[in-house]
Amino acid sequence: MGVKAEPWQKAEIAGPKKALLILKPEVVVAMVKRAKRPILIVGHLAAEDYSGDVKMIDYAIRMSKTTGIPVVATAHTISEFIKRDFHSVACMHAMDIGNRLVDPEWKGLDRKGPYDLALFMGLPYYMEFVILAGLKSFATNLKTISLDRFYDPHATWSFPNLSVQDWNKSFEIILSKLGGK
Amino acid sequence: MTRKGVNLKIKELKTNVALIKDLELAIGRVIEEKWDEPMGPTPFPGITTLREWDMKLLQRYKPFYLPFCDVCCLCTFGKCDLTGDKRGACGLNMAAQQSRIVLLACCIGAATHTAHARHLVEHLIEKCGGNSPIDVGGLNVDVEAPVTRLVCGIKPETLRDLEDGLDWCESEVTHLLSATHTGQEGSNVDFESKVLHAGMVDQVGMEIADMAQISAYGFPKGDPEAPLTEIGWGIADVTKPVILVIGHNVPSAVGIIDYLKEKGMYNTVEVVGICCTAIDMTRYSSSMAKIVGPISWQLRFIRSGLPDLIVVDEQCIRADSLVEAQKIKAPVIAASPKNCLGLENRTESPAKEIISDLVEGKVPGVLILDPEKVGEVAVETVMAVAPKRNKFKVIPEIEEIIKAAQECTQCNECMRACPNNMPIPQAMKAAAKGDLNPLAEILESCVGCARCDSACPNDFPLHSFMVKAGEKSLIQEKFKIRVGRGAIQDVEIREVGGPIVLGEIPGIVALVGCANYPHGGKEVAEIAEEFAKRRYIVVATGCAAMSIAMVKDEEGKTLYEKYSGRFEAGGIINVGSCVSNPHIAGAAIKIASIFAKRKLRANYEEIADYVLNRVGAVGLAWGAMSQKAASIASGFWRLGVPVIVGPHGSKYRRMLLGRKDREEDWYVYDARTGDKVYAGPTPEHLFTAAETKEEAMVLIAKFCMRPNDTTRGRAIKLTHYIDLHKRLYGVVPDDIHLFVRNKADIPITMKNEILKILEEKGWKETRIPDPTLLPRLIRERKGE
Repeated sequence: MGVKAEPWQKAEIAGPKKALLILKPEVVVAMVKRAKRPILIVGHLAAEDYSGDVKMIDYAIRMSKTTGIPVVATAHTISEFIKRDFHSVACMHAMDIGNRLVDPEWKGLDRKGPYDLALFMGLPYYMEFVILAGLKSFATNLKTISLDRFYDPHATWSFPNLSVQDWNKSFEIILSKLGGK
Repeated sequence: MTRKGVNLKIKELKTNVALIKDLELAIGRVIEEKWDEPMGPTPFPGITTLREWDMKLLQRYKPFYLPFCDVCCLCTFGKCDLTGDKRGACGLNMAAQQSRIVLLACCIGAATHTAHARHLVEHLIEKCGGNSPIDVGGLNVDVEAPVTRLVCGIKPETLRDLEDGLDWCESEVTHLLSATHTGQEGSNVDFESKVLHAGMVDQVGMEIADMAQISAYGFPKGDPEAPLTEIGWGIADVTKPVILVIGHNVPSAVGIIDYLKEKGMYNTVEVVGICCTAIDMTRYSSSMAKIVGPISWQLRFIRSGLPDLIVVDEQCIRADSLVEAQKIKAPVIAASPKNCLGLENRTESPAKEIISDLVEGKVPGVLILDPEKVGEVAVETVMAVAPKRNKFKVIPEIEEIIKAAQECTQCNECMRACPNNMPIPQAMKAAAKGDLNPLAEILESCVGCARCDSACPNDFPLHSFMVKAGEKSLIQEKFKIRVGRGAIQDVEIREVGGPIVLGEIPGIVALVGCANYPHGGKEVAEIAEEFAKRRYIVVATGCAAMSIAMVKDEEGKTLYEKYSGRFEAGGIINVGSCVSNPHIAGAAIKIASIFAKRKLRANYEEIADYVLNRVGAVGLAWGAMSQKAASIASGFWRLGVPVIVGPHGSKYRRMLLGRKDREEDWYVYDARTGDKVYAGPTPEHLFTAAETKEEAMVLIAKFCMRPNDTTRGRAIKLTHYIDLHKRLYGVVPDDIHLFVRNKADIPITMKNEILKILEEKGWKETRIPDPTLLPRLIRERKGE
């Protein structure tokens, strides 16, 4: 596993406050377990990116089934969840979910209160980069985690740049420690 | 409007009361008013004149900021960390800083178009005379300058009249730019208001530029049957000397065509272009000029060695065009004071000397600020240079690519530099084994930035590798595009105004902007055809208009050959270049003025209120890249037209988003009664970035809904929204209840399904208002 806090797109320099590196998958497990109101946001690349049979979206589904984390699918990604017979998913425009999360009065999808942890995966790198930047500055009570295999400096926590294999391994550990396969 | 200059000189005048000597009195102009429409409330508005309207928009469509980085580095206090609730040394916070950057971008865009217009107007006055008439459509276009009339309150009749509009634009851009100085504006919302003002200024500047060139150069004048011309990498007859023009400002290209005509060299030289100069020179001569492609085609065409001489004017030209030209031994003529490229100014040199220096290779290029001289020098130079160059290219042979690929260390630097994260390392791995197809596939989505070249530690010219790999399909790249027609005719507005306002034509979709696409230009063509088939009116400008042309069906036809060029349901209309965008805004304005008989002159707020509430128009800038694209978009926002950008548009640093979950944001006045009526989130956002083309299509259909839609119109619009959502997202949208006002709005074929949803959502019927956000437009107040 690489340990450099270096943005995947090298010119995407963030600023003084950079994401902490997830050097052990257990960090994600602890963050999710500690969170009272987590939410998982999944972009369209979750169903496209990475070679092999297992896609990010499959991990998202397993994570939600394991932990009960509500899922927001951005753009047309909901169609991919439905193809996989996973229906506990809300459909929102990526900018809308970002905009809701900066509003401390937003009560969430279930109207039970604001979220305290947002996990992101599968958005185009640069789009996730700027949305996370917005959340960093304007959603100060929210922690964010980038679950993609690229370092995203605007998150609170992010994986470093990882190979597909290392990323897969990390996710398997996360899912196993969150309580199931 | 006509103007006369008055000069009075008195050498000596003796009267009973005084002796006057050497009195000189000069009056710059006397305006002779012929326009009988009374002046509206906001002629030549200042930067705060329309602030109240802006606040109404910004109250509903609040900024969502997307900082590109956390610091400000615009003064020597900095860098200042603005993360979270921090403030910089000047006191500015992150929200204001982001708005400030947006304003800077929009000022750059507005200044660029205004300066372009100023150059054109001055040049054309010199060429044709200041009294040369404005004529953008003959008898078919009575409202010749809808944006300028609306904003400035003037009705320009001659080229010289246009200078009044430009004087105003220049003054406003200066004021706006000054507001970005340290220690000036401190409120993010006021920065946003100024952004909207910059966009409106930009629309005036662009309209003036296009009016001037349509009138003086005889471009198509609102002609739905404007001729088809050729576009594509493979269109140039490379057996002839080839002149490539790049940029946006057409006089130097016109100079080349005129010189060829004058010398009877009609068939001896190929004149091809990239970006908006290409579009505009085909408007000047569709038989003597051809379009290579959008902005992203620059490197692939130059490196292929096909141009024998390159003329660059202004805007969107690669800053390394001279370096790239030198690689293929093609001389460069820079023709704009805004883009001198470090070349010696030879404007005053005799043409023969310049030609000789270029042909002998004494200089790599020259700066010539005289379009006619550019024409002569370009043509005579290319005739002599072409045989010497023999189409010298820097595209490597296949063996070289394979050898380089075998040396590639798979370091990923190219992929990490690529804006679209293209899998170049994997393609190089395949190339090492002799398979160049993955490199060719990448070229199809490539934006032509060549950041991969710059990033490669081995200095491999990776973009050139892709061009070689895709060479066979590039040669086949020959399409037809309809020449930019310019304005929409008044008669067309009369025909479609009613169906648009009532919602029976489901919307106007404007495909505009640059070519920074996430997956190539084919997506733009796909979106255009989807909405044309659905009987929306599809209008296009600039690189988007080109991308629409660059796809053929199984019969070999392009969309411009398949669909009508009329402004009608199901039409696909190329209005022209970047500066033609105000014809789209102008169409919306003319619906208010010609169809609805609203007063136009200097009556911006009322017309924008009309457009926002009644005209279902949406802009899509799928490849928006530039500061000009930012200012073009902001001009549409203030007018009440929502704009969607592609995913790269998220880097514009802020969106303007409505909140459909906040019912209180969506009330309008019913102008008939003064009641406040819930009108639903129509349109939901003013500016947002779509992640995928599927999402863009759904958002377009959704954003075309307006409070004024009749039940029949709303049912039609809902049909498209729901149908696209089901097809592309696989589910029925979860917000249908927000758009159904009464049961007659429900599409008949979906009635049972939707009624069930409405019941689940606890939907209640609302009434259809005569919608306005302006209390002064209420005709009868309740209780009065």
